[in-house]
Amino acid sequence: MSVTTPTNAPTTAAEQFAMRRQSPVQRIQHLLHSHPAISPLLVLIVAFIAFTIVNPRFAQPATISIILQQTAVIAALAIGQTLIILTAGIDLAVGATCILSMLVMSNLAASNGVPGPLALLIGIAVGTLCGFINGILVTRVKLPPFIVTLGTLSIYTAIGLMYSGGQSVARASMPPILNVMATRFKLGPFNLTLGLVFVALMAIVVAFILSQTAWGRHVYAVGDDIEAARLVGIRVDRVLLSVYTVAGLIYGITAWVLIGRAGTASPNAIVDANLETITAVVIGGTSLFGGRGGIVGTMLGALIVYSFNIGLSLAGVDAQLRVLAIGVLIIVAVSIDQWIRKVKA
Amino acid sequence: MQRSRRRLRRALIPVALLSSATLVLAACGGNGASPGGDSSGSAGGSDKPVAVTLITKTATNPFFIAMQQGAEQAGKDNNVTVTTVAGKADGDEQTQIDAIEAAIARGDNGILITPATDGVVPKIQEARDAGLYVIALDTPPNPASAVDITVATVNFTAGELIGKWAAGTLAGSDANIALLDLFNDKIASVDYNRDQGFLTGMGIDVKDKKKNGDEAPSGKYTGGKGGNYTIVCNEPTQGATDGGKTAMETCLAKSKNINLVYTINEPAAVGASGALNDAGVKATIVSVDGGCDPGIKAVKDGTIGATSQQYPLKMAQLGVEAIAKNARTGEKPTVTPGLDFYDTGVQLVTDKPVDGVQSITTAEAEKICWGAK
Repeated sequence: MSVTTPTNAPTTAAEQFAMRRQSPVQRIQHLLHSHPAISPLLVLIVAFIAFTIVNPRFAQPATISIILQQTAVIAALAIGQTLIILTAGIDLAVGATCILSMLVMSNLAASNGVPGPLALLIGIAVGTLCGFINGILVTRVKLPPFIVTLGTLSIYTAIGLMYSGGQSVARASMPPILNVMATRFKLGPFNLTLGLVFVALMAIVVAFILSQTAWGRHVYAVGDDIEAARLVGIRVDRVLLSVYTVAGLIYGITAWVLIGRAGTASPNAIVDANLETITAVVIGGTSLFGGRGGIVGTMLGALIVYSFNIGLSLAGVDAQLRVLAIGVLIIVAVSIDQWIRKVKA
Repeated sequence: MQRSRRRLRRALIPVALLSSATLVLAACGGNGASPGGDSSGSAGGSDKPVAVTLITKTATNPFFIAMQQGAEQAGKDNNVTVTTVAGKADGDEQTQIDAIEAAIARGDNGILITPATDGVVPKIQEARDAGLYVIALDTPPNPASAVDITVATVNFTAGELIGKWAAGTLAGSDANIALLDLFNDKIASVDYNRDQGFLTGMGIDVKDKKKNGDEAPSGKYTGGKGGNYTIVCNEPTQGATDGGKTAMETCLAKSKNINLVYTINEPAAVGASGALNDAGVKATIVSVDGGCDPGIKAVKDGTIGATSQQYPLKMAQLGVEAIAKNARTGEKPTVTPGLDFYDTGVQLVTDKPVDGVQSITTAEAEKICWGAK
């Protein structure tokens, strides 16, 4: 005797919702919501194709090598900025911290006779300390990150200027180790630098930590809903403090890459670092409201900015129009982000 | 009744402390705000006390740092109190406006200013109405009559000199030019004056002298022996080394056929040469500023072919002296004959002189260069 097992029709509202038929648009929305890096990837691919059609020089290995090298420093800084923005914070002192670290490590080595490796470590330690101070102000004094980093932006800039006297340190005055990130090598047809590889490794390590460790999960939780995170038992203050400190560490390490890139240690470097890192993070799909996004998206975001710069230049677009284009890109990116956030599940 | 009166008295204590602290601070006198703010010199001796405020565009550009140093030294030499203030970035006019107001409030005798934009002009007029003597340094305001006198150097001439030198050096060959400017999102007079001056010196039609990038992309240049030219790109450098490198790389992505690079200043030139080396492209680089390092040093080691040297220290020094003299004796400074400003001069520095273009050698330039050596 055959027994037909009655199929269980979905009964609960949640089950019904999970099995609902989604329109194609809703499917896309859901996909973007779970994998925020897809939209910048698509933009990059489309841009690549478009720019190559307009000027085939864009796809040449030499041009791509240049784009990668130009992106390296801001991409590295944007790693730290991503961590902070994931917690629904923001760091306006990113450029100032990096420059201060850079000035310390270069001046110590050039003017005070400190051996290269030690100067490097001290410079990185200074950056870490700057991040730590930001973290203390955010967690203990309970000031909003925008206000804190707005203040420390001026403070760290001033300290850097007073310490260096506004002077740059030339490459010749620095020990070779400080410049090692400038070492060039060929990978097939591509010209790469050690700094570029280093930044890529840093991105991979931080991305791994973010997605595979408890700490990483806590960072997302704190950014998504700080009160819920607190209720679940996450030490929210500790997580925030560690995020700012780690960001400072990243900025300090990036100073090393910057010296290699620029060749000189100048207080005038990376003038627009604040805005450029935030742009990279936003275009990369990380939400300014915290809790969603990641390193991969930020790296893509940074690549998009510099690809657009060279692509538009190769296309013969007027310099001022290029500035306009980046602005439009940001608006579009944030609009998509807002649309994605409307997904309920 | 007693308790509330006691509470009231207790509440008044911090208020009293705060007000007395404020009064003490005010009496000690404030310094100019923002990085680089400093105060030196004292009003002693038989000289009438004179106070001057130096307001520069930024505190990070070595050109303006040299100005600050020149002013502070002149302050010590002439018994003048010098307050220095700098904008936060190129184009920051608000800091300059606030600084002018502070100078008026302080009762300074005069102001030395490198105007960030034309937006500071009304505030400058206010200062003059209040009796302060205002001198524009390096960059004349628009209109030039907005200040009592301008002590400057002509950035256009600085550009012309390197343009003429470049044309002479090319000796008839094709000029494939990369123009590495200061900004693409702001308009600064130093930017278009140096760029357009360079092109004019080359003998290229610049169309609008106040606009970069509107020239015909190719044509003939008439400087030197004359020849064909192509302008490959206009890219912004932010006046910094890393910006110079990025700009040069972007130009090279457009075309590797570049043999002449104009740069807004020497740090940008050094960055550009790094990019050229990486790409294995040989090009002549010209620049403006005349600082010791980078600058004259880069001309000496061949990185830069020729640079136009300007004298910010001298500008600041003359400015402080002029205001002191005006305050103490009423004597006003006069313009250079034939011009409507006081010209502190510009000289072409190169070790490869060209016929018909006056220049000095790097050895001579080293003696009078500014900035850290």
